[in-house]
Amino acid sequence: MNAKHKRTLYRILISSALFVAAYILEARLDLPGWQQFLLFMPAYLLIGWSVLKEAAVNISHGQVFDENFLMALATIGALCIGEYPEAVAVMLFYQVGELFQSYAVNRSRQSITQLMDIRPDFANIEQDGQLVQVDPETVAIGDIVIVKPGERVPLDGTVMEGTSSLNTAALTGESLPRNVQEGEQVLSGCVNLTGVLHVRADKLFGESTASRILDLVENASDKKARTENFITRFARYYTPFVVIGALLLAVIPPLVTGGNWSEWINRALIFLVISCPCALVISIPLSFFGGIGGASKKGVLVKGGNYLEALAEAQIVVFDKTGTLTEGSFSVVAVHPEQVDEKQLLEYAALAESFSNHPISLSLKKAYGQPIDNARITDASELSGRGVQALVDGKKVLEGNGKLMDENGIKWHECDQVGTISHVAVDGEYMGHIVIADTVKPNAAQTIRQLKQMGIERTVMLTGDSTEVGQAVAKQLGLDEAYCQLMPQDKVEHVEKLLGERTGKGKLAFVGDGINDAPVLARADIGIAMGALGSDAAIEAADIVLMDDKLSGIATAIQIAKKTLRIAKQNIVFALGIKAIFLIMGAFGIATMWEAVFADVGVSVIAILNAMRSMKHSQKSSVLP
Amino acid sequence: MKKTYKLKDLDCANCAAKMQNAIAKLDGVQDVNVNFMGQRMTIELVDARADEIMRQVVETVKRIEPDCVVVI
Repeated sequence: MNAKHKRTLYRILISSALFVAAYILEARLDLPGWQQFLLFMPAYLLIGWSVLKEAAVNISHGQVFDENFLMALATIGALCIGEYPEAVAVMLFYQVGELFQSYAVNRSRQSITQLMDIRPDFANIEQDGQLVQVDPETVAIGDIVIVKPGERVPLDGTVMEGTSSLNTAALTGESLPRNVQEGEQVLSGCVNLTGVLHVRADKLFGESTASRILDLVENASDKKARTENFITRFARYYTPFVVIGALLLAVIPPLVTGGNWSEWINRALIFLVISCPCALVISIPLSFFGGIGGASKKGVLVKGGNYLEALAEAQIVVFDKTGTLTEGSFSVVAVHPEQVDEKQLLEYAALAESFSNHPISLSLKKAYGQPIDNARITDASELSGRGVQALVDGKKVLEGNGKLMDENGIKWHECDQVGTISHVAVDGEYMGHIVIADTVKPNAAQTIRQLKQMGIERTVMLTGDSTEVGQAVAKQLGLDEAYCQLMPQDKVEHVEKLLGERTGKGKLAFVGDGINDAPVLARADIGIAMGALGSDAAIEAADIVLMDDKLSGIATAIQIAKKTLRIAKQNIVFALGIKAIFLIMGAFGIATMWEAVFADVGVSVIAILNAMRSMKHSQKSSVLP
Repeated sequence: MKKTYKLKDLDCANCAAKMQNAIAKLDGVQDVNVNFMGQRMTIELVDARADEIMRQVVETVKRIEPDCVVVI
């Protein structure tokens, strides 16, 4: 609670006491009207003077439909028709409501801001043998920064000394710590957990990851969602509309029916007190802000409320294959031995390939997983475009494609699996083959299923890879469509074609690694870049950035987006609904003025609390949206 | 010239919207975005009269929400 809040609170308390005293006195004594007026005046002026003053100032500036003016008009109206306690009560409730609202909004804003705060406060630098804490902004490239356990890495850099594990949760949402050692890169914003690290700064503070992320998220609330803009525009018309309604209600019925003027004025005043659109104007941006904050906690950076809104309406999700759906690196996916066992076959292959640095050789050595005794291998040679040949334990091992087998007169056969097939022959005899392929990411199929459950109508894959490989991956993951053998410019064309196939409000999201698909990211309604941690180009190009390379982040992002939009819509319906009900009840003389104020304030506070839910994302609720 | 200013004690979202509308109408202001959640304002001005325009901006803010201060 800040000083302003405290001042208001004291005023409310004292004014309430004066009000209660006046109320009791009035009930005991049967006073004439003007004495009653005097009795309630101290409480009214104490609580209302700031409103009256602001109303006067605003009118002098030509701002008529301002909530201060409306409250002033409503309460003065009440005083004029002799409803003194009503006037004080309305002013009191209004002030209590404003206080509540302001306090709740401030608290909410602070907690969301804290959620996103990964700003490192200081950097430790060694000066004359002493450790000094300095502002990270003053650290120059090449300086050595010392990061102790429990501290945040202040700048992006390279570890020069020490080993430790880092908590990257603030950046990626990943709770598993990452181990780092000498020569490895560390990113600012990570928290050092175990050992002391000496880090050489590679980037200035302003260009380091933490600053860039903060910048991005802070700017996100500048880009407003359609719903937000709608509410702002709506608010501009709502107030004048209700005030004119009040005027008509006060004048027409008494003129037509010749009824009681003060009764109808009283009803009109109810219109005035609920004419402020505050609940809506505050809770909608707060919902989006909360959603963006909650997403950033999960390693999903959203560059604006508009993108969050678009993502909630996603209809088509287009994926790039390599690096997005698949790991983008080769590995052994199957071993089909003949005559020998799997291990033996892998051993022959790995040993024969041991001198090669070809990606296929590397994946074989990785699958073999044991140190290679170079003494067992002699006469190794690479046969370009075919494979390798070597003597392993004195046996002649041939390892490569079908062409190599044919040339050496070895009988071999095709494999039914898709990928690069590496055949192995020992001393002229066929021993089987090993299938090497780019592996799909572990949770890719599950994510595609989740997307389907969440109502994504089409999942599409675009790839430059061969039709055979592309179709196999698409089938394995359960994608609806796959377009293969595309050049980068073809991808843009395909996305444009798909954009034409959207229906209704449906949006198209493109998911890529952000490295060579910037034009496609820009063309899609929502460009999502994956595994962007440390990749400036991807962060620049995309609308939504997944900090790590886990596909499940997309499902998380869509869930958060849908939840945020749901909350925003709930708030609109709820706030407008309550206002409509009280407008009707007021017009028919069922509701009293202070009940209307109470309802109005209640709506604001409940809408703010509801908006705060968008910040929290639990995995439990993530199974179904 | 594009600049960002902090807005201290910007307490009401509706006022933020009003400020944005009022400032956008000032002569020499090319673009303005009052961000209630971020408590700041991004403004793009005609360079030549930047100081004068900023004075008007500060006045406008003050008029709409007297408690709110533009931190320059």
